[in-house]
Amino acid sequence: MQGLSEGESRVRVEGGNVRQIIDNLDAQYPGFKVRLVEDGRVKPNISVAIDGEITPLGLIEKVGEQSEVHFLPAISGG
Amino acid sequence: MTTTDYERNMVNATKTDFNVIGTRPVRHDGTDKVTGRALYGADFDTSGLLHGKILRSPHAHAIIKSVDTSKAEALEGVKAIVTASDFPEVEEKTGEDETKLKWLRDNILASDKALYGGHAIAGVAAVNPHVAEEALNLIQVEYQVLTPVLTTQEAMADNASILHDSLTTEELGKDTGTVSNVASHFQHVKGDVVKGFSEADICIERDFNTTTVHQGYIEPHNGTAFWSADGRLHVWCSTQGAFAVRDSLSDLLDMPVSMIRVTPMEIGGGFGGKIPIYVEPVAALLSKKTGAPVKIVMSRKETFEGSGPTPGSYMKIKVGAKKDGTITAAHAWLAMEAGAYPGSPVGAAAQCVFSVYDIENALIDGYDVVVNKPKTAAYRAPGAPNAAFGAEQVLNELAEQIGMDPIDLRLKNVATEGTRRPDGPVFRTIGAKEVLEAMRDHPHYQSEKAAGHGRGIAIGFWFNIGFDSACNIAVNSDGTVNLTEGSTDIGGSRTSIAMQAAEVLGIPVEDVRPSVVDTDTVGFTAITGGSRTTFATGWAAYEAAQDVVRQCIERAASIWDVDADGLQMKDGSISSTADSELSMTFKELASQLSDTGGGIMGSASVNPGGVGGSFAGNIADVSVDEDTGKVTVERFTCVQDAGKAIHPSYVEGQMQGGSVQGIGWALNEEYFMNDQGNMSNSSLLDYRMPTALDLPMIDTVIVEVANPGHPFGVRGVGEANIVPPTPTLANAIYDATGKRMTDLPMSPGAVLAAE
Repeated sequence: MQGLSEGESRVRVEGGNVRQIIDNLDAQYPGFKVRLVEDGRVKPNISVAIDGEITPLGLIEKVGEQSEVHFLPAISGG
Repeated sequence: MTTTDYERNMVNATKTDFNVIGTRPVRHDGTDKVTGRALYGADFDTSGLLHGKILRSPHAHAIIKSVDTSKAEALEGVKAIVTASDFPEVEEKTGEDETKLKWLRDNILASDKALYGGHAIAGVAAVNPHVAEEALNLIQVEYQVLTPVLTTQEAMADNASILHDSLTTEELGKDTGTVSNVASHFQHVKGDVVKGFSEADICIERDFNTTTVHQGYIEPHNGTAFWSADGRLHVWCSTQGAFAVRDSLSDLLDMPVSMIRVTPMEIGGGFGGKIPIYVEPVAALLSKKTGAPVKIVMSRKETFEGSGPTPGSYMKIKVGAKKDGTITAAHAWLAMEAGAYPGSPVGAAAQCVFSVYDIENALIDGYDVVVNKPKTAAYRAPGAPNAAFGAEQVLNELAEQIGMDPIDLRLKNVATEGTRRPDGPVFRTIGAKEVLEAMRDHPHYQSEKAAGHGRGIAIGFWFNIGFDSACNIAVNSDGTVNLTEGSTDIGGSRTSIAMQAAEVLGIPVEDVRPSVVDTDTVGFTAITGGSRTTFATGWAAYEAAQDVVRQCIERAASIWDVDADGLQMKDGSISSTADSELSMTFKELASQLSDTGGGIMGSASVNPGGVGGSFAGNIADVSVDEDTGKVTVERFTCVQDAGKAIHPSYVEGQMQGGSVQGIGWALNEEYFMNDQGNMSNSSLLDYRMPTALDLPMIDTVIVEVANPGHPFGVRGVGEANIVPPTPTLANAIYDATGKRMTDLPMSPGAVLAAE
């Protein structure tokens, strides 16, 4: 997704939950929301990790002030 | 009987103050299964049942010009025939959504193109299987045969035969608009690999190939569908997830989920291969046409050719290290076969390939590539075994060149809490180091090798997942409880879930009667897969049992006319913390429920975070016949971090099962494709899976580094154990012969041919 963030692998954005993080990311780097959100939900092929843990709550998951948020390919398993 | 001077199944337990957890009770479904009374999908019968068969493409790549079913329909005993045109119209889907739905449907019944040998074309329902089979021969399909592409290298080549005119490559997140067989290319970048490799004293770089293999579950796919006159659809099938079947049918048939009920029958293995559906929609369409229930059971040949195997892959791995063993940089280039439609497990492979290690500079490229083989499905830690086959061999080569013990090299670089993975996230509490230490200290690794034997080691990682689970617990008047849950029981999960409820309630696990129920009877529960069931459904059972405890305390307070805040329930008794006279057992309370307000029912639905990844490692000794190239596994040890082993025997069973499947993948198993792209070995006689006669005892060591994200510390153990066997055996073969095996399987011919 660095193609959307002008080559930056890490960017800092404000937001108290994943929805706000994505909204603010999209405001800064247009295209993120389309890439990550579909029908008001995180796309099924995307996982969101907050501070190293995959969140089960999607857009409504709380994000701390110093939290790290990663958007990753979703993993299921066998 | 073999005797040893060490304990063959060790449990390195860190927390043992449980009553039920960590014990080894007899499984609740054991008697039914060993006496043949358990009901599987093929056993299903009902009045008026019709039997379905499926016509499959003899070509790996062909345009379907026409399908003429008229002669088959005229055959006496044939009740209905369906093709892709019988799927209902869905008008609101457009663009990408329309394409995805078409691909989903086309994998069930091909519409315009056959994309692999065995691709389903039409379904027939008849009065018995023999008539249905005869009718298949009367269906006339006109094909325009095209050139197949069978490997990632072929599919990615310039001027390759194209599977989908609508598939364009997504390059680093952007649609290139270029039609090709590469669905996507993505990257994970950490640090600066150019700088990292420049700092290395030694770099090892190799290419690796793995072939398509099947999960090899014993029970073929099956499904019975009844489309009732009121429009409701009921399906009985063998699946890893009844709700997943329901939701897939809803998408494919454009029906509300509330109109579909799925009853999971007992399951004879899945390993990821029974997450997708194949015959159920065909049976449903045939039932809709006939008004009768229709059963379809795949043959073994159909299971190989018409269900989802795990992908073949082509990989380039490069790792650089300093002379002291510090890894300075790593690069993985991974291309994986998706099969006929996009969606290989290359994403997971990329996230696992170097995750065992703390590496400052890493670059991982992943390519999802369509080929003319069945659409791939999950298989235990999907993608990770392929990636580990390459990465863990390169690690051993580095160790050899540096002159370090291969476990010491791994311990020097091992990931621990706080390590940032190459794909970004930082590990929480993990047990990679503890697994490696248990391997190093094991009597197997400490022993001298027998003369002529080679020894190999490797370690692997799998994430595990959480997802939704639900559980209900109803209290019976005799103090037993009925536990209902929606997780298909593949490896003993009825009992491992019941044990967690019993632990909370303070009752024997024999007093818990667990049942796996249908989609109308319990809350939404995701698949039995991703090593999630004992973790997530166990958590639901924990919460449901806590709900029962709360209600028991309230009921006792009501009976004693005291404040519930002063009561507790512990070890199966409710008592007052203030008045020692006030005490009764759970059984005593249960006998009074009817007279004191009615029954007690606890329930919970969860979607837990706190998932804990698992690491597994192997030590193997092999001998290699110089004349034939045959590899014999002389000794094999599996070490895995379970977090907490709820039922150690079932954890050991998972470790041994994953090891055996990994050994088969390593030494024998492959889809052998002919020049036309058809599988030439689609029987269990020719597709060589290991039997008990091929294997030594698989020794196990359960390591317990508790997962802080679960009330009992559970991580999940169903998958990580299949990751290390292929590189372990490759490293052992190298140790025995000096031959570095870069292709799977390492069959006798391949070992003889290797240099």
